Order: sequence, then structure tokens, then C-alpha cells
Amino acid sequence: MTTTEINGVTINVNDEGYFLDASQWSKDIAVEMAKRESIELTDKHYQVLEFLRNRFLKGETLTMRSIGKSGIVDIKQFYELFPGGPLKMSSKIAGIPKPASCV
Amino acid sequence: MKNEEYPIKKVMIICSKGTIEDVYAALVMCNGAVMEGIEAKIFFTFFGLDAITKKQMKKLKTSTVGNPAMRMPGGIPFPSILGIIPGVEAGVSAMMKNQMEKLDIPTVDEFMEMITAGGGEIYACKLAADMFKLKKEDFSEHVKDIITVGQLYEMSGGIGTQIVFV
Repeated sequence: MTTTEINGVTINVNDEGYFLDASQWSKDIAVEMAKRESIELTDKHYQVLEFLRNRFLKGETLTMRSIGKSGIVDIKQFYELFPGGPLKMSSKIAGIPKPASCV
Repeated sequence: MKNEEYPIKKVMIICSKGTIEDVYAALVMCNGAVMEGIEAKIFFTFFGLDAITKKQMKKLKTSTVGNPAMRMPGGIPFPSILGIIPGVEAGVSAMMKNQMEKLDIPTVDEFMEMITAGGGEIYACKLAADMFKLKKEDFSEHVKDIITVGQLYEMSGGIGTQIVFV
């Protein structure tokens, strides 16, 4: 476990930069996390982040398929919003653990 | 944990089989690469063509004959002689698909949609297509093109490319 500082707040993260405590997240922190991944958050981004956090807090596994069926974005848009590894990137920015799904 | 010095940049997956386990293994590998931001292309050949043929893709099965790794629920061995009874192959295949659905694993068609949505490309083998007398219209809309082995190798060029054969 290491810590990182965002906006003056110390956050507990693991070696890969994922939040260890999801409750330490806030929208302002998300902006900073996104900047580190070279992303500027728009409303659409926030909708996805909310969706991811809700699912995580309910204890549901996150899969690409569930994002596509969420009604918020389709898979193509998801890849456009978070280029590269979208599920990993969005989870990091949303302050939830690295997704453990193969799909 | 990711090797930053020598990351995988491109993955070419070749799927030559038409059983559920082989097709899904190839699709998971392909989609997994796309999800990691790795350029991925998947090439279906021989019996793998079933996975991209409109008429067959919803009817993929797993073998219940001569499959020594197959067991009944509970761990009891599954004798081949049971596997030849009409309906068993379809039944076991349906059970397998059910299990996958519960784990949110998409159907073949949906999987290919996810792969192409992320930038992955799907191809059919020209040799196999000619052998089975299949044309582009017979294949799923997600199939980009029918290509030769030479074209496959051309696409594979680059540092950090891996070719995976299923």
C-alpha cells in the first residue's frame, strides 16, 4: 500500500494506483485522477463513473458487457471516452478497485 | 506489474476449431487484448468458420464423445458411450452456454460486436471459405474481410506482436 496526494488530500492506493478505500473518492479527486491519464472529464464521463461506482458499491462484478447494456454509453463510446484500457482506466478514475473480470 | 519495457503491442489470434470451448477461448483472448488497449485481430479458419457463419454461430456445441476432460456435475466421469445418445451433445452444450450467460459472458455475436466496437478486427480464411463454399454474405456483418495466409502474416508485422493459435 502506498499513498498519493490529490488536491491536498492523502489517498490510500495500491502499487498500481487503484484506490484502496472507495469512500475517499470525490468528483474533484476524479478530475485530478483523470488529468493524470490525460483525460478531461465531461458529463458523459461522470455518468459512467457514477454507474461504475454504484455497481461496485452494490457488490456487482464489472464487465464490458454490463457497461454496454447500461444504457448510458455503448461500447464504442466507452472506448472513446477512456481510450486504451477503458475498464481499467475508468475504474481507477472512479476510485474503485481494478476490475477482476475476463470479459 | 505490466512490463513497460516490452509490452505486447499486437495480438493475432487464429481460431481453427468450432467447438464452444475453442471459439470462446479465442474470443476471450481477442476481447481481452482489445480491453487492454492491445491491437487485436482474430482469424477464423476451418471449423472456426462456424463461429462467424450466420447459420451456425448460434448452434455451436461441445463434444461429448472422446472428450476425456468432460465430467458430469459432481465430478463423476462422463463416459463417451453416454455422449453418443441423441440429444446429449445438445443438452450438455446448452448447459455450458447457460453457465456462461450467468457469468455475463456474451453470445458469439455480441462478443464480436464488443471486439469490433473496441477496434478489433475479424477475418475469415480464404482457403477454408473456398473449401466450405462460403462467401462474405454467409458471414457475420462483423467480419471485415476474407483474407489469405500471406495477408495474415503481412498484418502481423511489428515489434511486440504475438500470434496465438487456438
